[in-house]
Amino acid sequence: MTGYIIRRVLQALPVFFGTTLLIYFMVFAMPGDPIVAMFGDRGVNQAVYEQLRAQYHLDEPFIVQYFIYIGGIFQGDFGTSFSGQPVADVLAATFPVTIRLAIMAVAIEMLVGVAVGLVAGLRKGKLFDNSSLVMSLILISTPVFVIAFVSQFFFAIKLGWAKPTVSGGAGFTELILPAIVLATLGVAYIVRLTRSSVIDTASQDFVRTAYSKGLTTQRVTRVHILRNSLIPVVTYISIDFGILLVGATVTEGIFNVPGVGRTLYQAIIRGEGPTVVSFVTVMVLLYLVVNLLTDLLYAALDPRIRYGK
Amino acid sequence: MRFKKLGLAAVAVATAVTLTLSGCAGTSGGGNNNIVSVNGSEPQNPLIATNTNEVGGGLIIDHIYAGLVYYDADGTPVNEMAESITSDDNITWTVKIKSGWKFTNGEEVTAHSYVDAWKYGALFSNAQLNSYFFDAIEGFSYEKDTELTGLNVVSPTEFTVKLSSAQSDFPLRLGYSGFVPQPKAFFDDPKAFGENPIGNGPYMLAEKGAWKHNVDINLVKNPDYKGGRVAKNGGLKIVFYATLDAAYADLLADNLDVLAGIPDAALKTYKDDLGDRAVDQGAAIFQSFTIPDRLAHWSGEEGKLRRAALSLAINRQEIIDVIFNGTKKPARDFTSPVIAGWSESLEGSDVLDFNPTKAKELWAQADKISKWSGKFELAYNADGGHQGWVDALTNSIKNSLGIEAEGKAYPTFAEFRTDITEKTITAAFRTGWQADYPALANFIAPLYQTGAGANDGQYSSAEVDALIAKGNTAKTLEDANKAYQDAQVILLKDLPAIPMWYGTSNGGYSTLVSDVKFGWNSVPLLQNIIKQ
Repeated sequence: MTGYIIRRVLQALPVFFGTTLLIYFMVFAMPGDPIVAMFGDRGVNQAVYEQLRAQYHLDEPFIVQYFIYIGGIFQGDFGTSFSGQPVADVLAATFPVTIRLAIMAVAIEMLVGVAVGLVAGLRKGKLFDNSSLVMSLILISTPVFVIAFVSQFFFAIKLGWAKPTVSGGAGFTELILPAIVLATLGVAYIVRLTRSSVIDTASQDFVRTAYSKGLTTQRVTRVHILRNSLIPVVTYISIDFGILLVGATVTEGIFNVPGVGRTLYQAIIRGEGPTVVSFVTVMVLLYLVVNLLTDLLYAALDPRIRYGK
Repeated sequence: MRFKKLGLAAVAVATAVTLTLSGCAGTSGGGNNNIVSVNGSEPQNPLIATNTNEVGGGLIIDHIYAGLVYYDADGTPVNEMAESITSDDNITWTVKIKSGWKFTNGEEVTAHSYVDAWKYGALFSNAQLNSYFFDAIEGFSYEKDTELTGLNVVSPTEFTVKLSSAQSDFPLRLGYSGFVPQPKAFFDDPKAFGENPIGNGPYMLAEKGAWKHNVDINLVKNPDYKGGRVAKNGGLKIVFYATLDAAYADLLADNLDVLAGIPDAALKTYKDDLGDRAVDQGAAIFQSFTIPDRLAHWSGEEGKLRRAALSLAINRQEIIDVIFNGTKKPARDFTSPVIAGWSESLEGSDVLDFNPTKAKELWAQADKISKWSGKFELAYNADGGHQGWVDALTNSIKNSLGIEAEGKAYPTFAEFRTDITEKTITAAFRTGWQADYPALANFIAPLYQTGAGANDGQYSSAEVDALIAKGNTAKTLEDANKAYQDAQVILLKDLPAIPMWYGTSNGGYSTLVSDVKFGWNSVPLLQNIIKQ
């Protein structure tokens, strides 16, 4: 088990170098000159322009820029944004917010999605099953920004249950509405996954055996059916968690959450190489960690899965 | 055993969740203590006056610094720290400042605070984005570090400014935020200073670290401020929004007090939503599109005819009504109606009317010089919400002239501007100008003077240059405005840029505040706002 974890961690190294190089290259190759954009509609002042290019190493060839950046990282320096703030500070300010939001969304997905999916699966073909299927279909087919705008309008502006946007602290209560919006799509998928998985498991031989041993329905459902049905759900959630970390740009924009998506979007628009690369790198590393945890969770859920030395 | 493992995992996940969630700060909002909240955007640079050229940082600088003059609601300059600004020849200016002013760290504001700050801003190796403010001062150089010899301190309350040529509107410019003074602490480490700037304006930072990046900045009233912009509220909370839509949602829920700007999606409904809390007034914003001379068919007499034809082919009012819900005004000149000296009936301004018959005629005349081929393209940056009007405009041209016309989208502003400054753009492109200071000169000289910084179409006319020089040296503002109007008569013939419309300031305010007015530069006069 330990050996397996070490191997997985070592695998992350080439991924780290590969992604930073690739992303850095993409930012570098992005058309348009970020320094020209800093001057806005005013004319470019050539002297200032040259100096700013030198200051951000934009006058160096690509590979030199990349090694300056990587060299900095190993000394704990992630570079500075155009507003003069160390990128490390930007990372420290935004990632906790987005991770908090993603965890809340995933928690909602798990609680609601698994519960509804389980009941629907056990009552296949009944009213609850059918109506939950229709609901999930509606949620899947509605774009997330529509859900976001509509819920912002009704719950925050009309009913006043929540604030329309998230303030600087991005506290727990403020994030509930965006988290629910973020979770809607995941809930719909998890309901469907859990339902079909439960139906599948319920017809297995070991479930019949469990009943014939005289176990209560409650115990069979909890220990034998639910637990064995969770593997595909856990796989989905781990993927979804990664998507929530990187793909919440739209929702973060609508609710003005000071998180990763919004900051990254602005950095891309402004062509801030170090900010973009650092953000994406941290995202990749987080994604790898989540993946590793998922694989370990498989073993906990299903004893047939074992990781060798 | 297995169950225990699962239980452990659940506990671990639950702990992780609680740990992350408990990291949240509780309090929020700005409803208390008479603090007015207003929308802004994250400054793109440290808060250094001479290096801030965008609205996000500009809004903050304007409120934490006091300069020699400020502009009142209709753009008239009013002495703030200046006792007097005088000159006999429009070349050497004597500036006397009021004594007894202090920066919020207690340091006295003297003539040195001004002269040193300006010298810093102008110095070549400091690479300040706004160094061009100072290029009229004697000794300025774009090539190397030079001493700004035109600046001389006479006494702690007096200094002189010698310009390299006569500029009649020099005092008018001094209200721009680049000309503010700086305390000694600034020069030690400007970048670090820019995180926690110390000014002398109506407001000051609430505390060290009041600028929470990407979130907001808190300003409180400066009790020692002595100028004409005394705050009538306890402070400002400038909230950085990623989109205007989010800010608008907050405004509707009374979670934001003042919103400058209305998102496109709400332009149709905001007056119904807000009632008498909606703001709609003129702004010093001019929008146009530019066709560079060097493109085939667009030079010489042929180019003149075709530009006039294009201008006549566009139904400006219809585009404004349909695309902008009437929130712009069709252009009648190259400046803005909020500027003193604006005229809607300059000679030749009928080229801005919608007249498809005459447009076709002129186009046909141009065809006799050289037959038109290909299609007319209008370039724009797709990240700025321009597609709607560009499509409408090219359609208008297509319908009136019967030629092919379409928009050409650049994904980002950076790409768009790069192609323009490197003169590699192969299409007409959108251009716009928001005034730095309320004067006709500011709409003309930087854009159409030969070799000027924002002369994106590389327009050059000896006559226009001469009239600009005449305006600069004029003894009175009336004479100067006359010269700039004459210059525009030539511009209306040459059409180096084709005027489209004037922007308006749209915005609104919450039910919690009163006395909200927007200034000539579309910035709300925040210090006058009263919050219950």
